Amino acid sequence: MSNSINMLYFAWLRERAGVAEETIEPPAEVATVGELLDWLKARSEGHAAALADLSVVRVAVDQEYVQLDHSIAGAREIALFPPVTGG
Amino acid sequence: MIRVQAEDFDIGAEIAALCAGNTKIGGVATFVGLVRDIAGEQTVGAMTLEHYPGMTEKKLAEIEAEAHIRWPLDASLVIHRYGRLEPGDQIVLVVTASAHRTAALEACQFLIDWLKTEAPFWKLEETPDGGKWVDARATDGAAAERWVVDKSEAAE
Repeated sequence: MSNSINMLYFAWLRERAGVAEETIEPPAEVATVGELLDWLKARSEGHAAALADLSVVRVAVDQEYVQLDHSIAGAREIALFPPVTGG
Repeated sequence: MIRVQAEDFDIGAEIAALCAGNTKIGGVATFVGLVRDIAGEQTVGAMTLEHYPGMTEKKLAEIEAEAHIRWPLDASLVIHRYGRLEPGDQIVLVVTASAHRTAALEACQFLIDWLKTEAPFWKLEETPDGGKWVDARATDGAAAERWVVDKSEAAE
């Protein structure tokens, strides 16, 4: 069974990727956040540009901050965004 | 209490409503964030605040709950705006109320420092050169860092 994930992109990651939200079905061998980001880079030139420097990409799985080695098993919503600048 | 909204807020009315009926409160601390008209060397005409609906409220509620664990607060309020804001506009309000001033003042600073590094908001400034996403500041990370409790040390 494929794992369907709702991807969200914010701020300049959204602009560079050219998409705010998309549903993806990564293959089973994509197990971690880091592997997912590598897989996403192949989707379009925009995705590759948005994910070129992972030191400025923050990841939230189901609205919790995670690191690149975090598993994506069972994830429903994954958000990618730059370091936050509110307040 | 947490509110994420496009509308402006009335600081006096918010404080009055928060403290109404609770006469144990002896001190109220507030922080109000405003839009500046200058960023580095550039003038800023306005800015647009983008956020992550759902996660924003979740993170703010977690940060507020943490403040209540660390300090004896009687009431607290965080309001953060989103959308297009102009110089002088209010962006964020933090209010903390306690029996004594120290808890209110420290918790207020904790909340704004933590919010700046945890709550998913992003500022897009309108400059003479076009829209510019604001970079996160290392000083914001340092300001939040000093509130980190070393759990291993605390357990000893």
